[in-house]
Amino acid sequence: MAFRHSFAARLASAAMGLCAALGLAGLASEAVAQDATKGIEEYRKMMAADPFSNPGLLAVDAGEALWKTARGTKNVSLETCDLGKGPGVLKGAMAEMPRYFADADKVMDVERRIIWCMENIQGLDTKDIVKKAFSGAGQDNSEMEVLASYVSAQSNGMPVVPQLSHPKEKESYDIGEALFYTRAGPHDFSCQTCHGSSGTRIRLQELPDLSKPGKEAQAAVATWPAYRVSTNSIKTMQHRMSDCYRQMRMPKVGFGSDAVTALVVYLMKQAEGGEVNVPALKR
Amino acid sequence: MNKIIIASALLALVATSGTALAGGASPEAVEKVVASSWKDPNTKNPEGAKPDWASRLVQDNLQKACSQTRNQPTKDLAEEIVADAKASVKFPEDGKLLGDWKNGEKIAQDGRGQRYNDKVGEPSGGNCYACHQIDKKELAYGTIGPSLAEYGKLRDFKDDAVKATYEKIYNSHSTIACSNMPRFGAQGILTIEQIKDVTALLMDKESPVNK
Ligand code: HEC
Ligand code: HEC
Repeated sequence: MAFRHSFAARLASAAMGLCAALGLAGLASEAVAQDATKGIEEYRKMMAADPFSNPGLLAVDAGEALWKTARGTKNVSLETCDLGKGPGVLKGAMAEMPRYFADADKVMDVERRIIWCMENIQGLDTKDIVKKAFSGAGQDNSEMEVLASYVSAQSNGMPVVPQLSHPKEKESYDIGEALFYTRAGPHDFSCQTCHGSSGTRIRLQELPDLSKPGKEAQAAVATWPAYRVSTNSIKTMQHRMSDCYRQMRMPKVGFGSDAVTALVVYLMKQAEGGEVNVPALKR
Repeated sequence: MNKIIIASALLALVATSGTALAGGASPEAVEKVVASSWKDPNTKNPEGAKPDWASRLVQDNLQKACSQTRNQPTKDLAEEIVADAKASVKFPEDGKLLGDWKNGEKIAQDGRGQRYNDKVGEPSGGNCYACHQIDKKELAYGTIGPSLAEYGKLRDFKDDAVKATYEKIYNSHSTIACSNMPRFGAQGILTIEQIKDVTALLMDKESPVNK
């Protein structure tokens, strides 16, 4: 374990500076970027040889333990939570989410559904869990991060099958598509501004084209939660959307909101057929 | 006046062909989801809260037109957008369009400003390098926009090129309707002084961009 951690730390320092993005001043340099890319390649090779060397797996393990812990006013675990494939069935669930849940009368992604199960099955007060859903620098992984990692990893190797047959799923897709192109805020950005064509980058960060189905969307979408080398931590899809809206200069979008769900529905459609791989390794 | 023109073109666009909208969601449905997903933006963002914070959830006419046409406005709409953008440009009172290129370089490097975790009250950067190659010495440049290396030299440092550059930075839609580049002046991201400085970065003979 100690070895794995120090390796991750070394990678992290190589990747630092890549965060220049639209945010920090231009500290990144080509050399640093190449180092990081090489580092991640090296790391991927190592993971191929030993899949258990992915530090994100610690989050999956922690998530499993928490999933099976009895909590809340009802003092039960999450093991009977229905993620769309029947109570307690995790295998393949994330590959088919977001989807419509009749009990909630809502379309939900993994993270939103977990919150629903905490409230309705365990009787947990989720206010604090939602508030701390995204761990900060140097903090331990949050409950949401480990639970989403555990649940999603149970779909590893399975193809993404977008759910669009229910009218509410279709409606959510349409809204997600519209939001993808919705320009707003002082900079007039939409998702399309940064993810609308292939082969572009911000500073040195490569931007996947999410405006059309295909390999780029597949690699970018069905791979969250991901282990982010630059922050040395697990980050979820809800966090990814939230952070892109921050870069868009928009106010903070609600965790598990309809807007984020709709975007994830849209993104999963673009990623159709891609293989779930969680937690993937990212910059 | 010009705002009204765009609004009317938009109405015509929506009225004459619902199919001109690339997607299947009605603007009302989208607005409803936006309202429920960003609740009370002012209180949620104490660090960066500004009076205009909630207004960011409401699109202006240009944003609406470009969103609904997926950035591919019809020819007529595009012409109106360009004319509207040209009319929006405010020039410095003394008529001097070239400021200090050294300061322009700092502004081009600086990506801070306007996000909810940014400090309030400090000037924003232009973050030009996020999207453009400019000074060739800076290797960490993005490629969403074209390279601006040797920009002034390629334009013979002509006066009308200086003016066109100032206008472009003030309102990017003055040359291309539904440009992906921010409207730095029209949206108040940069001040007139700052725009003069970045114009100088591109158009001043002494700027390293032109060496
Ligand atoms: C101003 C630029 C910008 C905008 C606008 C933007 N993004 Fe991003 N996005 C980025 C950058 C930069 C990254 C890579 C971040 C990193 O590696 O740190 C990214 C990463 C992503 C990823 C993960 C990609 C991967 O390879 O894992 C997804 C998915 C994504 N964005 C979706 C969106 C959506 C949906 C929107 C609109 C709500 C959006 N982005 C708006 C800049 C942007
Ligand atoms: C989010 C991306 C983005 C940012 C940030 C950005 N630009 Fe642009 N810029 C573009 C794109 C895309 C184009 C090409 C399309 C067009 O002309 O509108 C462009 C075009 C231009 C042009 C016209 C080039 C030509 O050959 O005619 C100039 C000049 C320019 N940008 C200057 C700037 C300056 C100066 C800044 C910073 C203050 C800046 N840009 C910031 C995206 C951006």
